[in-house]
Amino acid sequence: MDYAGVVTLEILYMIAFLALTSAGLAIVFGMMRVINLAHGEFVLLGGYATLKCSQLGINVYVAMLVIAPLLVGIVGLIVERLIIRFLYGRMIDTMLATWGLSLTLIGLVTLYFGPSAMSIPAPIPGYQLGTYQMGGYNLFIILITTALFAAMWGVLRFTRAGLIARGAMQGPDVVAALGYNPRTVYMVTFTVGAALSGLAGGVLAPLTGLLPSSGGAYIAKAFITVITGGAAVISGTLSSSIIFGTINQLVSFAAHPVIGEIAMLALAIILLRLMPRGITGRFFRDGT
Amino acid sequence: MIAWQSVGHMRWGWFLLSAAVLILLPLVTDTHTPTLLLIYALFALSLGMMWGYAGLLSFGHSAYFGLGAYTYAIAVINIGESTGPLLLSMAVPAVVAAVIGAMMFYGRISDVYMGVITLVVTLILFKFMSATAGDAYAIGAARLGGFNGIPGFLTLNVPGYPELSLFGLPTYYISVAALLLCYLLCRYILARSFGRVMVGIRENEARCELLGYNVPACKTAIFTLSAAMAGLAGCLYANMAEIVTPAVFSLKQAAEVLIWVIVGGLGTLIGPILGAMVLSYVKFLLGEQTLIDNSLILGVLLIVVVLGIPSGVVPALIRVWNRYLRRKRKREAQGAARRRLGIPSQEHP
Repeated sequence: MDYAGVVTLEILYMIAFLALTSAGLAIVFGMMRVINLAHGEFVLLGGYATLKCSQLGINVYVAMLVIAPLLVGIVGLIVERLIIRFLYGRMIDTMLATWGLSLTLIGLVTLYFGPSAMSIPAPIPGYQLGTYQMGGYNLFIILITTALFAAMWGVLRFTRAGLIARGAMQGPDVVAALGYNPRTVYMVTFTVGAALSGLAGGVLAPLTGLLPSSGGAYIAKAFITVITGGAAVISGTLSSSIIFGTINQLVSFAAHPVIGEIAMLALAIILLRLMPRGITGRFFRDGT
Repeated sequence: MIAWQSVGHMRWGWFLLSAAVLILLPLVTDTHTPTLLLIYALFALSLGMMWGYAGLLSFGHSAYFGLGAYTYAIAVINIGESTGPLLLSMAVPAVVAAVIGAMMFYGRISDVYMGVITLVVTLILFKFMSATAGDAYAIGAARLGGFNGIPGFLTLNVPGYPELSLFGLPTYYISVAALLLCYLLCRYILARSFGRVMVGIRENEARCELLGYNVPACKTAIFTLSAAMAGLAGCLYANMAEIVTPAVFSLKQAAEVLIWVIVGGLGTLIGPILGAMVLSYVKFLLGEQTLIDNSLILGVLLIVVVLGIPSGVVPALIRVWNRYLRRKRKREAQGAARRRLGIPSQEHP
């Protein structure tokens, strides 16, 4: 019974992890059809911002929930102005340029923080589930992810900004018809997406540790989650997070964590072959 | 003979000059770094052929490079003589690419999704090979060795004579031969109707399909060929390094080859070759200093090229050179016309 509880919690944590790290990428992809391959490094920057703040003695929750998103959001704004805005409509070129950006950021982080691994102590202690020792921080991540997606749904569904965002998902013409400049909407979208990545990085930093090259681990998972999910931000990201998180953890428990990751990646290939426009391209077409 | 006479833009003079330089190079310098540059050039050529001419971008082309390297190492440990492993190191990546390619192209997956799938294949191989430490993971007599890779296998030998090992200078000449032969093969293909169809697919896929060409089959074929060439490069790399590690599958390796090709120039064969050689040499020089991180320079370079010269350096230089030639010819023609009509030239009013 305890073991079933452990497995369930681990599955929930993996789903939350995937959904949280994919949220920023999903918004940018869903509204702008831009794939940001520097997303992993945005997440990483959020982590390093949190680290720097906790070194400076700022409360770790303020650092991860406020400062990290703000800072990475500003980075996102700069990147959009300097690089992305010249490349709208050129999907492959955007992917290449953002891959270059990813390498640049890795280089900068290595220059500033050094190439070795760093960590932030988890601010929530572990607890005992039957005979198993569990990380209390995992629950915090599940909670934050749930709150984040509820907030995103609320904003998209009930506010003026959400209406514009949903228009942007339909296409730039719809935004223009609503009376807004698509370029401005894209700029804001990219900034918000970057801020969400920063939030994810800040929240996850105590759990994953920080290494200049670890952005690659985020981008691979976020990439397949978003692409498999399709263009609808919330339903797509959630459905593919649930599928991949469950498969990953079940196979990990049955065999080996590496086999679990491989099973997830292989499943992604199969799903893309069957549904080339993603899960939401096939089911729940009208969702957000 | 007919095909050879019409080998596209083949410039035999330049080709022979480059071949002569490559053959004579060991007289003036050590061959270790040049061998590596040639291997990278071959790897870049394999991607440049596919991406530049057929318009198919594989984000994870290091998968086939790495498969070639691993196949050679595993096979040579089990077989002991290098001719079979050399052929296998091209055959295995080709078969894998044919399966993946057929799956993608007959499924009519668009270019972005092709990018995702090729990248994911590389990630799977990287994850898997990194996790194969221990005795449980062995193919025949070859232990896969996890993150530490496979060290200490036999290098290439004279076909049929396992005791006559080729290492050092012979590896250099084998790499020269491999690069030149693959270059000729690419030129030959581009001059044949298959090459024309390939370029046609890049330009307008629907039109090619309506003209009756089998587009998925064509794409699968070029993907397979490109993977075989990448596998050959991987095999040579394994021979030179004398060890294969999962790093051959890493995202960094996958990014590097893309950068070589796009900086060198899409739609040319010489562009990727030069891009790989120059950039890896620059990287080699930068590796000797620790002031600036390598990825930083590569990253900035990639951004600048995508934003500034999306066609790549070599095509841009060719354009500039052609414009210069046109201007010069025009000036000369005007000069000749003036002389004929007895008008004094503008330079001496």
